Amino acid sequence: MDYETLMQILGSTVRLGTPLLLACLAGLFSERAGIFDIGLEGKMLAAAMAAGSVAAMSGSAWIGLLAGISASMIFAMLHGVASITFRGNQLISGVALNFLSSGITVLVAQALFGQGGRTPPLSGDARFNPITLPFAESLQDVPLIGPLYYEVISGHSILVYAAMAFVPLSWWVLYRTRFGLRLRAVGENPAAVDTAGVSVVGLRYAALAITGVLCGIAGAYMATALQAGFGREMTAGRGYIALAALIFAKWRPWQALGATMLFGFFQALALRPDVVERVAQFKVPVSMLDALPYILTVLVLAGFVGKAIPPRAGGEPYVKER
Amino acid sequence: MTLMKHLLGAAATLALTGGAALAEPAIIFDLGGKFDKSFNEAAFNGAEKWAKETGGTYKELEMQSEAQREQALRSLAEDGANPIIMTGFAFGDVLNTVAPDFPDTKFGIIDMVVEQPNVKSVVFTEDQGSYLVGMMAGLASKTNTVGFIGGMDIPLIRRFGCGYAQGVKAVKPDATVILNMTGTTPSAWNDPVKGAELTKAQISQKADVIYAAAGGTGVGVLQTAADEGILSIGVDSNQNYMHPGQVLTSMMKRVDNAVYEAFKEGENLTPGINVMDLKAGGVGYAMDENNAKLVTPEMQAAVDAAAEKIKSGELVVHDYMSDNTCPAGSF
Repeated sequence: MDYETLMQILGSTVRLGTPLLLACLAGLFSERAGIFDIGLEGKMLAAAMAAGSVAAMSGSAWIGLLAGISASMIFAMLHGVASITFRGNQLISGVALNFLSSGITVLVAQALFGQGGRTPPLSGDARFNPITLPFAESLQDVPLIGPLYYEVISGHSILVYAAMAFVPLSWWVLYRTRFGLRLRAVGENPAAVDTAGVSVVGLRYAALAITGVLCGIAGAYMATALQAGFGREMTAGRGYIALAALIFAKWRPWQALGATMLFGFFQALALRPDVVERVAQFKVPVSMLDALPYILTVLVLAGFVGKAIPPRAGGEPYVKER
Repeated sequence: MTLMKHLLGAAATLALTGGAALAEPAIIFDLGGKFDKSFNEAAFNGAEKWAKETGGTYKELEMQSEAQREQALRSLAEDGANPIIMTGFAFGDVLNTVAPDFPDTKFGIIDMVVEQPNVKSVVFTEDQGSYLVGMMAGLASKTNTVGFIGGMDIPLIRRFGCGYAQGVKAVKPDATVILNMTGTTPSAWNDPVKGAELTKAQISQKADVIYAAAGGTGVGVLQTAADEGILSIGVDSNQNYMHPGQVLTSMMKRVDNAVYEAFKEGENLTPGINVMDLKAGGVGYAMDENNAKLVTPEMQAAVDAAAEKIKSGELVVHDYMSDNTCPAGSF
């Protein structure tokens, strides 16, 4: 594999890994607060539909992004009402929201545009176009750094850079602020937080709100940056891969970056079977590469690569008094 | 009173037989969805054409998951729909078990052969149509490299890719044909994001014409090809209009005609295997004002000459599904 090809694959990795990263961080916040969120997929899908539709109607990708975040937020709050306020089963609520999203996105898009559940193709300002960073073109010929800068670092939409910035931001919020400390505590021992006089319910809703925003950006990224519009089921299971990445990352932000980019790398490799064959010297089935993220996750869960311990109070609704 | 009874009885019988005679045809769309701008949409257009011409109505059903197939088929048959047409190879096994239970209902299946006395199987020679668009791709390519992006990795889609590769090699024997599949699960029909990345990957391997046979995923392929300024080839329906001046042509598979004909035959649907090949007008390539500037007269002449040879049997395109091998490329 030559250097240029590697850079192209890494560029593809960043594009494919970004929606996973955003969804993974979204899951990180809610699970750290003790709310399992299987509905990442549904939130992304709803956001993709809302972003695609509103961007098509308004002609502005930014307004589309806001709409995407709002749609995702509505789903997050529904999850909150069901699983925090009414203490319902978090897994069931998440699955139900996924189904709801799968159906309602097509229904709404069809009612709005009559194009069979698609939104009209976006162009110009209705899309987040790739940004060429300064000097990327002129530095292209510099050995090693040039192609790296041009292919991998430059040439992505602004949402990719935002997603990258969310990693240190999440770390800082979770580990360096009072809010983060309480948020983590509420996922481990909500009774202690309650005793300290802090609202468990409030913290959990706040965590879900962050989840909603991040999933909203992920969905908008897919519909208005990677693609030019929404299509039925276009998230194609990325919410579930993000959950796997979250386990692989052991519920930590920097590791989430590593895990999602690794999974993105596998996906990018699966697009270039010719390269894999040249490097491995034998024909690797593409489906094998597609399955690798899941295999790795199972290995981690089985305890082969350190121990993955989920937040202790995860999945349990908090009951103040018995 | 007795007279009244008889009259009522007769009226009831009339109403019943009248109802039976007016059995509605039904169509079931596969997982790609009715509006995939491709295969299922072509079937929908055929049904709509029939409805417009005859003023009739028809039942329709869109599959949402694999598990629904048998149930959907049975409930439509029990409702008295006749004939029932379904699009897609995936109905093959299910139809094989359901058809004998409803001997008086006629079924039609597209893209698959089911040997039952009340089933009409319509298959297309996608290899021939793909061969023609492959020739066009080969002639239009400046980099001597062209690409193919399939949907779910199944023999039927390999047949598209294999025909295409043969067409390319026929005009440029030294050309490189990159053959990729989107995935191995049904979600591969609906993943435009992955389609777009595959397109970028093929462009980085110097491909400058890409043929997408991937349902909804193809929308992403055509979009990215247009964004990156290379040519693409649509599939099943005429997709030239999606990016005018940037879609070289579309491999037409006249699913619409097949559905239209089946609906027209109605309850008298003739069972058996119906092969819609180039000669029968079942496959072909699309020309309209959107791609008129892209296809030179020489290209069209070469392709038309090959089409004539295929029709007369002088030129035989290798069918991947006949022996599961492809002489022109590997998957």
